[in-house]
Amino acid sequence: MSQTTAQASTGSRRSANKFDRATDKAIGWLDDRLGVGSGRSLLDKIFPDHWSFLLGEIALYSFIVLVLTGIFLTLYFVPSTKEIIYHGPYAPLRGKLVSEAYASTLNISFGVRGGLVIRQMHHWAADVFVGAIAIHMMRIFFTGAFRKPRELNWMVGVTLLMLAIVNGFLGYSLPYDLVSGTGLRIAYSIILSIPLVGSYLAFFLFGGVFPGNGIIEPRMFILHVLVVPAIIAALIGAHLFMLVRQKHTHFPGKGRTENNVVGSPLYPTFMAKTLGLFFIVTGVLWLLGGLVQINPIWQFGPYEPYKITYAVQPDWYMGWLDGAMRIMPSWEFTGFGHTIPLEVLLPAVLFPGITFTLFYAWPFIEAKITHDHAVHNILDFPRYRPKRTALGAAGVAFYFTLFAASSTDVMANFFQVSLNTVLWSFRILVIAVPIVVGLVTYQICKELASVPISDEPKRSVIITRTDEGSYEMEEAEIRPGDEIDELSPIPVPAKINLDDSVSSDGDGTGSDILEDVPGIRRVTR
Amino acid sequence: MNKDTGKMTDTNDASMPESDMPLPVAAFNDPHLAPAAKNVKHTERWIASFIILGALGFAAYGATYWQGGQPQVEGLTLGIGLVSIGIALAAWGKYLLPRGPFVEERHSMTSSKVEREQMVSAITDRGKLVMHRRGFLGKALGAATGVLGIVITFPLIRSLGPLPKLGLDKTNWKKGSYLVTIHGRKIKADDLEVGGIITVFPPGYEGNAVDQTVLLRASTASFTTKPGRETWTPNGYVAYSKVCTHAGCPVGLYQEQTQQLLCPCHQSLFDVLDGAQPVFGPAPRPLPQLALTIDSEGYLRAQGPYDQPIGPGFWERS
Repeated sequence: MSQTTAQASTGSRRSANKFDRATDKAIGWLDDRLGVGSGRSLLDKIFPDHWSFLLGEIALYSFIVLVLTGIFLTLYFVPSTKEIIYHGPYAPLRGKLVSEAYASTLNISFGVRGGLVIRQMHHWAADVFVGAIAIHMMRIFFTGAFRKPRELNWMVGVTLLMLAIVNGFLGYSLPYDLVSGTGLRIAYSIILSIPLVGSYLAFFLFGGVFPGNGIIEPRMFILHVLVVPAIIAALIGAHLFMLVRQKHTHFPGKGRTENNVVGSPLYPTFMAKTLGLFFIVTGVLWLLGGLVQINPIWQFGPYEPYKITYAVQPDWYMGWLDGAMRIMPSWEFTGFGHTIPLEVLLPAVLFPGITFTLFYAWPFIEAKITHDHAVHNILDFPRYRPKRTALGAAGVAFYFTLFAASSTDVMANFFQVSLNTVLWSFRILVIAVPIVVGLVTYQICKELASVPISDEPKRSVIITRTDEGSYEMEEAEIRPGDEIDELSPIPVPAKINLDDSVSSDGDGTGSDILEDVPGIRRVTR
Repeated sequence: MNKDTGKMTDTNDASMPESDMPLPVAAFNDPHLAPAAKNVKHTERWIASFIILGALGFAAYGATYWQGGQPQVEGLTLGIGLVSIGIALAAWGKYLLPRGPFVEERHSMTSSKVEREQMVSAITDRGKLVMHRRGFLGKALGAATGVLGIVITFPLIRSLGPLPKLGLDKTNWKKGSYLVTIHGRKIKADDLEVGGIITVFPPGYEGNAVDQTVLLRASTASFTTKPGRETWTPNGYVAYSKVCTHAGCPVGLYQEQTQQLLCPCHQSLFDVLDGAQPVFGPAPRPLPQLALTIDSEGYLRAQGPYDQPIGPGFWERS
């Protein structure tokens, strides 16, 4: 059976070379066992050629970098808060009592050759990972890509964002330096603020009153290096599986309909481009890791619970929560023999809870409002959905203002105004900025949408002022981009007649068949 | 029948279903296969230079590492190498490979009505078959798994840590505890100047997260003493818990001019002269005050433990 197949396919080739024969043999072997011979559609999978589609890829490649650099770091890191006397190469801390976690992080930074670059690359990759997810999510939101049939994949994506933030927090807490230790102390207080079960949860997680009995470090470690990454990897798998099954969305344009997808095939065009992107992402992260210092824990010092530094701030993706905690009024509810610390519970537990619930529910909320339950494979231009775009922009402005509020102290210092002024400004700004941004966005969308789109690109013109003061306009020479040079899309050809002696004279076998295929037309170059 | 579309173009025999399109074959000179680059030679040349730059970057990284390594040079060399190769590959894909565009048909996710009905009835019918006239078994199984669901949480949750009990209410301050520094040195009444500040602990608990207490010396005249606390501040010494009542950070910054304590985490401000009342920020309660006394030998000591739980709020706090 396999032999006849192999013979038939090789027989049809005019000039089978070594590469052809090897591929034929390999595919034949695999096909007999796994049936891969019918898998051509995967190679033909179309990826739309729009820059915004690479945002998710950046997130994916940052994750790969995180896994690879993370494995390197686990070879040296000791997840223990047991205190030892530091004897390493960093002189200012020599002889000090530090945790094993802190000492081993110093060792990675100063003792392991190339270690500092990898450690900083890991940290940068985490920041880029969450950032790429957030911007990717905005792209999905503003273009309406979350609509039916992609609600599930949107929810998987929201979960990935949440897990990325959680794992980022766990990761930067591990070195047990002064800043991250303080962050853990705040996390303990946040858990403690939950009514009824808060103190139980805090005691179970930390093994007692903060900082507990040393159990939190190994627990965070296993969560950070195994449990959460495994879930993230599985969800990325689900994310991509759904993407392949449902195929990409695409922007409206020439030949693009609800029932097709137009762009470049996976093999070889997209593969070359995305492999290039992988190298670029890795290279940029490596450059950041080597050149741009991040989280210099040796400057912060080891965590000692009674010490604190100025400008304690979390990594950027926790900034919105820190900002919310800062500008929250001091409303604590006391009564009936109990305390509900609303000043912590509201900004740090309920607020993120509501945020992610809204994210999860958004596709369904929008469908409910618009009564639009149709399948959408063509994306919206944001300007044609002014309400959604305005709401999204207001949301981005809201979280960004909260993020900015996480540096109230730095701003007060920088602008030489009182903390009180900065705090009250932010309490007002956090409401005012989103409203203004939303209204302005709505107006911009309305005006943009009122301009009719023509399929013709604008031609360059030359305007000259005559001596009398009047103006004359003439068309300029055609320049690149002045004409639409996009062809009508065709199906990916399975076979390419590489023998140009046959095809170029317009009489080859390939060209005959071309005439029969809808969408393919033979054009002489 | 397997339609075997991936095999050959010229076996378009009659046995094939009508929906089967002949395999798309493109001629070498089909414009869709032409590279997007306007000047192919020129593009090839600059892509080649990026590949060479990449190779040089890799080699330079290897040399740097070999010579003992240096973070900035390591970052620069390998980073430039990787980015160069990346640019070359992406440009290869974008400018030298078929410009397209290509199209792929999309099929509805929704199955046919019959298929869907069969799927639903397969589940419901067989499901009913399982439970048919076996209601008792089903209920018993439900009860058993329910019990399992509860007891399985015992080791998964309860074993994680101790019960809170009164742990959150307690510190290690006792009646008569000396006030000692982080190095264990006892504080005498004349150790601090007016305006001075120091972090103190009960003896044996130096550095403890819960017991950390900030001791200040203010001029006696400027105090607003709360009723019942008249004897707590001998010689202008006043001690407050250093754990912020908002989120538990050490209230570590002292503004001597305004005599205020600032928590650097979320900027809660406490008035030292007014019982550490919060004057600004998210902290809801004053810092608990430790009653002080000066013993016959002139050492500062605690009159007793804190009269309330220190630190941030929690449900059981009354």
